[in-house]
This record gives sequence, C-alpha cells and structure tokens, in this order.
Amino acid sequence: MLPELGQFSLILAFCLSIILGSLPIVGASTNNLLWMSLARPLAAGIFVFLAISILILAYAFATDDFSVQFVAQHSNSLLPTRYKLTAVWGGHEGSFLLWTFMLSGWMLAVAIFSKSMPLDFVARVLGVLGILCVGYILFMLATSNPFDRIVPLPPAEGADLNSALQDFGFIIHPPTLYMGYVGFSVVFAFAIAALLSGRLDAAWARWSRPWANVAWAILTIGIALGSWWAYYELGWGGWWAWDPVENPPLITWLFGTALIHSLAVTEKRGVFKSWTVLLAILAFSGSLLGTFITRSGLLTSVHAFASDPGRGVFILAILGIAVGGSLLLFALRAPLMKSEFGFEPLSREIFLLANNVLLVVAAASVFLGTLFPMVYQALTDNLISIGPPYFNAIFVPLMGILVVLLGIGPITRWKKTSLVFLTSQLSKVAMLSVVLGVVIPLVIVLRFSFAATITIVLAAWILLSMLRDIKNKTANKPDLRSGLKALSGSYYGMQLAHIGVVVMMIGVALTSSFSAEKSVLLAPSESIDLGDYQFQFNGTLPVTGPNYIGDEATFIVTKGGNPVTELYPQRRLYLASGTPSTEMAIDAGILRDLFITLGEVKENGAWSMTIYIKPFIRWVWLGAILMACGGMLAAADKRYRRLRSRSEEKAVNSGRAGLRTAI
Amino acid sequence: MKNLRFYIPVSVFVVLAVVMWRGLYLDPKELPSMLIDKPLPAFALTTVEGAAITQQDLPQQVFLLNVWGSYCLPCLIEHPTLMRLAEAGEIPVVGVNYRDKQELALRWLDDNGNPFAFSILDEDGRFGIDLGVYGAPETYLVDAEGVIRFRHVSVLDEQVWAEKFVPAIAELRRENN
Amino acid sequence: MRPHRKKRLAIIAFIALSMSAAAGLTMFALSQNINMFYSPTQIANGEVANDLHFRIGGMVKAGSVEKSQDSLKVNFVTTDFVNDVPIQYEGILPDLFREGQGVVAEGALSAQGIFVATKVLAKHDENYMSPEVKAAMEAAGASPQNHSGLSEQ
Repeated sequence: MLPELGQFSLILAFCLSIILGSLPIVGASTNNLLWMSLARPLAAGIFVFLAISILILAYAFATDDFSVQFVAQHSNSLLPTRYKLTAVWGGHEGSFLLWTFMLSGWMLAVAIFSKSMPLDFVARVLGVLGILCVGYILFMLATSNPFDRIVPLPPAEGADLNSALQDFGFIIHPPTLYMGYVGFSVVFAFAIAALLSGRLDAAWARWSRPWANVAWAILTIGIALGSWWAYYELGWGGWWAWDPVENPPLITWLFGTALIHSLAVTEKRGVFKSWTVLLAILAFSGSLLGTFITRSGLLTSVHAFASDPGRGVFILAILGIAVGGSLLLFALRAPLMKSEFGFEPLSREIFLLANNVLLVVAAASVFLGTLFPMVYQALTDNLISIGPPYFNAIFVPLMGILVVLLGIGPITRWKKTSLVFLTSQLSKVAMLSVVLGVVIPLVIVLRFSFAATITIVLAAWILLSMLRDIKNKTANKPDLRSGLKALSGSYYGMQLAHIGVVVMMIGVALTSSFSAEKSVLLAPSESIDLGDYQFQFNGTLPVTGPNYIGDEATFIVTKGGNPVTELYPQRRLYLASGTPSTEMAIDAGILRDLFITLGEVKENGAWSMTIYIKPFIRWVWLGAILMACGGMLAAADKRYRRLRSRSEEKAVNSGRAGLRTAI
Repeated sequence: MKNLRFYIPVSVFVVLAVVMWRGLYLDPKELPSMLIDKPLPAFALTTVEGAAITQQDLPQQVFLLNVWGSYCLPCLIEHPTLMRLAEAGEIPVVGVNYRDKQELALRWLDDNGNPFAFSILDEDGRFGIDLGVYGAPETYLVDAEGVIRFRHVSVLDEQVWAEKFVPAIAELRRENN
Repeated sequence: MRPHRKKRLAIIAFIALSMSAAAGLTMFALSQNINMFYSPTQIANGEVANDLHFRIGGMVKAGSVEKSQDSLKVNFVTTDFVNDVPIQYEGILPDLFREGQGVVAEGALSAQGIFVATKVLAKHDENYMSPEVKAAMEAAGASPQNHSGLSEQ
C-alpha cells in the first residue's frame, strides 16, 4: 500500500508542478498578482510531496519490500541498513527521484531566500523550475517509475547492491553531485526569467551570483568526492580517468566556473550580459547532458547489453525542449540587451574574458572528446575510444595558461590598467617565483626536476601576486589589521578559491609526475622495496562480513628501518551477486599516500598485488575543498543580504495593495 | 542581420541534438548471436528430473527456451512472468538449467514453482556454450521447426514480454498459418 | 569607425583567433589519440595492421583462462562466438573479469597473432549471475532461498 502512496504523492507533485509551470509565468506577464503569489506555496508543496515520495521509497528499502521492483533489483536483506537506505540512489529510477527531489529543495530555497527580489521575477524563476519539474516527474512516471511492483509473485530475496556501491563514498557522492548539478538549474531559471522579463541588468547579476557560487561550490565538492571515491574504491590508483561518465560534471563545472567569473563582470560593469546568460544556459545544459549520457546508455561501453532508447529519447526530448527552447529564447531576446562597451584592451574585463574563453574552450574540447566516439561510429560504423592522452594534451596547456593569467587578473583594475602599473607590480613577483621554483626542489629533494620547478614557479606566482594585491588593497588604511577587516567577504572568497587552485595544481602536477607503482607476486614473509619504502608481506587471514567473505593480508611498511605503518588490504567476495571486490588499504598522508591492492592467491600461497606510492594526492581534493569554501564565502558576502532597496520595497507594497483588491 | 550570431548557439545545439538522437539508435555492438535463424544445436542430455532427452523431444510449435540456474537471483525476478505464461498456457516454456547442480535445481523448482514443460540439465555448460549463452537469465524464442528466431539477454519481465516477445510470436504464428 | 567599435572588433578577432587555434590543436590531439576498436572476427579477417595499438572486445571464452602460478602472466581467449583471439597480459585482472563475461583489452597484435594487452577492462551486467556465486553461497552456508533466514540469525 505504501509504495502506491509514494506514487500518488509523485503524481500530486506532478500536478502542482504543472500549475507552477504555467500560472505564475502567465501571471508575471499579465501582472496578475494572485497568480504570481502562487509560486512560493506551490514550490513548497512540490518539495513536501517529493519528500514524502523519497521517504516512502527509503522505507521500502529499509523494510526489504521486494515486491517493489526497484528494491528487488538493488537491495538484499543481508545488506547493512545504511546501504539499504542509500541504495535508493543505487539505480536509475531512485537516483532520478533523488535528482528531482534535489531540484524541489532548491526551489524551496529560492522561495525562502528571495525576499529581496520583485515578485514577478520570483514568479518567473519558480515557474521555469516548475516546468523542469514537470518534465522530470513525467519522465519518471512514464519510463522509470521507482514504485513499480512485481506482481503477482514478488521474489523472496533481492539481487543486492553493486558491491562497488557499498561504500561510504557512495553514500555522499551522488547526493552532493546532484545537488551541485541541479543548483545550476536555479541559475538557469534566473537567466530565463531575465530574458523573459527583459530585465538583464546588474541587479539580475547580483541576485544570481550567490546561487551560482553555492551551486558551483557544491558541484566542486561533488566532483572531488567522486574522484576520491574512485581513487580508494576502484583501487587502480587513479583519481581521474576521463571516463564518459566523469566528463559531463567536469564540463558543467568548467562552464560554471566561467559563469561565476562572467557574472562578476556583469554585476560590476554591466557588460558581457548576453554572454553571461549564454553561460548560464550552457552550465545547465551540461548538467542535463550528464543525465542524458549516464541514463540513456548512449555512451556506455561497447558491451552495454540492453540500453533503453525509450528513456534516452525522453531525456533527449527534455534536453531539446529545455536547452533548445532557451537557446532560441536567447537568440530572440539577447540582441535587445545593450551592453556598454567601455573598457580598454588592458583591463580586468579582458582578463576575465580570457578566463572565460579558456574555460569554454576546455569544456568544449572535453565535450568533443566525450561525444566523438559516438559521432565517429555514426559516420563510419567503426568503434573507437578516445583515451586520456587526448584530454591531457588539451587540458594541461589550457589550464597552464589560465594559471599564468590567474596571477595577473586579480591585480588588474576595471576598465583600464596601464602596462607600467602591471610591470611595476609584478616584475619582482615573477623573478622571485622563478628563483623559488629552482631553489625549493633543490633544497628538498637535492635534484633538479622540471615538473617540480614549473609547479612551484606557478604556485609562487599566484600566491605572491595575491600578497601583492592584498598589500595594495590595504595600503590606504592606517594598519594592516583594519585594512584586512575592510576587505569584503567576496574578495576573501575569491582569494581562497584561487589558493584552492594552487593547492590542486600542486597535487595534480606532483602526483602525476612522481607516482610509483609495482605489480608483484609475493609469498608470505617476502618483502619488496618501492621508492624509499619497504613493504613486508606477513600472510593472510580469512575474514567474514555481513554480506561477504574474504581474505585480509598484513603488511608492515618501513622506511630506512623505521616503522611507518601497517596495512591490511582485503580481497572480498560479495555473496548475493558473486562479485569479487578489492578493498585496498591506504596509509594517507599530506605528503604521500601508500596503498596496496590484493589480486589473487596462487597455488603456492603467493599473492599477486599492486603497491602504489602517490605523492601529494590529497592536495587534489584539498584544493577542491578550498575552492568550494571560497565559493561559499563569496556567496555569504553581506552585500547579497542587503535589505531591498527603497524602490523595490515600494513596488512590493503597491503589489500587496493590488493583491488585496484582487482578492 | 547583424543579430544572426545570436542564433549560432541554438543552431549548434540542433546539430548536436540530431547527432545524439541518431546515437541513441546506434547498436552498441551487441554481441552477435550467431545462432539467430539457425536451428538449435543438437543435444542428448537429461532433464533435471533425470529423463533422457534430445532435440526430438522439444515442442513441435513456437516455444521459449529459458536459461536459468538456482544461483541466479535475477531469475527470481523474471520467474513470476514465466509462471504466468505457463499457467495461462500462452506458450510452452522449456528450461535450460545452466551450470547448476541437479539437487539444487530440483529444490529451486520445488520452492519457487516450475513453469517449465521440462528443463534440460546442462551441468557442465556445454549446451549453453553451443547455444552461445553468456549467463542466466537469457531467453530464446524458437519456432516450430526448432530454429532460433529471437534472443533476449537478461531479465524477461512483463514489459519485455509485451514489447518484444508478443509481437515476435504473433509474427511467427502468422508465418506458420 | 568609432574607437569603441575598433576595440570591439579587436576583441572579437582575439576570441576568434584563440578559438580557431584551440580547435586546430584539439583536432590534432584527437587525430593522434584515437583507439580503434575491433572484434575478433575483424581481426581474423585481417582488417588490422600488425603494429597498430588498438582495443579488442569480446567474451572471455569459457575454460580458456590460464594463470601462471609463479608470475603475473595471464593468457586467455576472447571470442565473439565466430572467431577467437588469444590474449596475453601481465598484471592483475580487474575484479569483474571472469569467464563467460565481456572483456575489453587494449594493446597490439604480435606477429604470432597473439594480442599483447597493456590494459584489460572487464565489462559486466548487473542483471547477470554466474554459477560461481553458488560456491560462495555454499561456503557461507547460505543459498538464495534461505538468505532471509540467515539475516535473522
């Protein structure tokens, strides 16, 4: 009975979405205050009903209701309860429900935190989000209903959750990623509302910025979590594989990064308006594209068995209507927005433009590499794959240029910056960076390394120019402390995010250049050297878990005779699905990770295994965390929470009066 | 028409959308089932119950050949569909008990119900290999002459039945009349 | 031409230039990094040159996996049920690699017609089960029928 209630609740949310997607938008253009004021309560209602739906699905998992097909396919009575609950997003149907639920959560947030915006704008934003909701829920009801029953004879047992998903990373990665992804729908809705109302101005940019920053920050964390999870769960020592499933979040993130920079220009200087709107649409398209790619079977590998074109066509239809429609709207309305064009070739605007061009080119080339195999197959009927070398060849130089410009951009001034000023500011910084880059590796590892030098030069370049900028900005204050206090939250947010870029760059560069790994066959009590470490293998013992059996090996790690750590990697066999799984053992450290994955045992008792040393790998995710904190800090700037201006207040008050007469 | 450039994004998107739409229908290089439109491989085995059986004993009409095993949890998901088909007498279902143990197979049929006219016991998986099986569950549609006409990989649920098998069977039966 | 139009033109030219440079570079990188994908039948038909680095996909033939007991060498046969290609690999196979399941290997064909793989990826489908499960279940004292019973203990 309960699952039917969940379904019913989904249908109710669908009905409310239809109203939300129509009346408030029409109300906004006909100035019907009653219809406009429906938007907020409707958004809250959709949130409530979707919450009921997802809770009922979670309850079906918790109580092992295998009469629900989705539960039977993704759970098992032996599964620990926390994985039963997270199995809600362990498959297509449930994860799409989560996705839609996240959207309604964002809608609720817009409804609550939009007090400073005029009602017609809020009505349009929520209306656009309501239209998206209509598409998503219709998709669920028509092609992927999580509440479908197996009738008349439900199975006694479920098929279990994929063993790779039975992990802490899986509990938090998909919800975070979705939350970031879906957050760009809000920015998209702001852009569409602006196009519809013709109100594409600095106020619009100011309203959009905190939402874009928050969505971007959450997406950053979501992608980093995915990378971290893949690193320790999949056990092949990589943190990024340029996989078709990984790429769409990255594309979205790149567009999103371009967007938050472009929004800054639009807010501060009133230029790049139509470009900013286009980026908002593109970032949102990236998120929909990700859904499309992972759910349609379009790019699953050559051995995808039953991909379901029906679902793919449906999502493509949503994609076509939402993205195609909004781009068409863009084509019709954007030419009406006049941008002032008052800046010189050397100005902050130009550096932000360069940032945008680089990020968009990077996003486009990732997109091309992701979709090219499919296009190639359509044209030639041959199957191909595009490997990481392609992505690295494009991505690394682009990001390199971006990082160099990152050292200059923040120090430039709006509108016009003189070359003399820049040289005076940065020549010492540049020289000092080069010196540090050459000296530091020599001091620490006693040898010259090109990769390390480049990394340190770039890192020093950004950090030193940042210090220089802070010095400039606090120069007119009596002392440094009051100067620092006077700087805004969004300024600190920006600098923190840029420090995050530096940290991530160091991590990426050093872990790519200096990682070591070795696949070997070791008998118990044998040992092996890798890097500066000795790994002593002390044999295995059987282990039993709630839903698996396996072997656990013991390793003693020493460095120059001193004990470092002990590692216990496992080799598991999950019972219900029969899948073997490697549980790697990691000794994590700020300067390096050591880890071991077990292969299999040979007749003579020796085990195959791979041992890895990954220097600075943690910095990759630490950098992402700093970037996200920076984004959040910028979004929390009190400027965005300023009370509405007097004119807006008046408009709303007269609106209230109008509403009373209407009632 | 200096505003034409604002139409560039939407035009690029239209091209991409068409490509993606075409891409959806690209066959993701399904593993070839070489036996489609070829007769079932010959065999001389026993049923799960122990009776000797060869290809001569197969139904002389359109029937389903369903690959299953007691170890196979997805088989339990499709089991209700097979039971319904068998009880309604819509089509005879012959089982292939693939790489299983006889006593486990018998117990499984006992516990869950037996939708099969009979099940071919294929303990070492030889018949399955001849058939090109890659795992359970799998379902083949075989015509009255013993020729394989259609193959479905993975769970056969009511939706797959209605969308894939019903039309294929109707076609076959029309051919025969 | 007014000065701001000129500036605007310069910026558009700058964007167009960098975009086309990027497009050129991208195309070049793309053309350098395409891995073709072949089936065993295509290889048997001689559609592949011997020195080419490519991917091969098929099923792992049942009973064909031979693991060396004193090294990490593995030999197995991949098949599309029409033709077979022997594959040689040194390293640890992925968790999901097993007989009768899909596999994708990356590497090159040796003169002897053996595909020497540098990378092996296993492909599997969640809607499948293999008989190996049974052994695991028995080892744990469970069978699919009394699973729920086990959890109550």
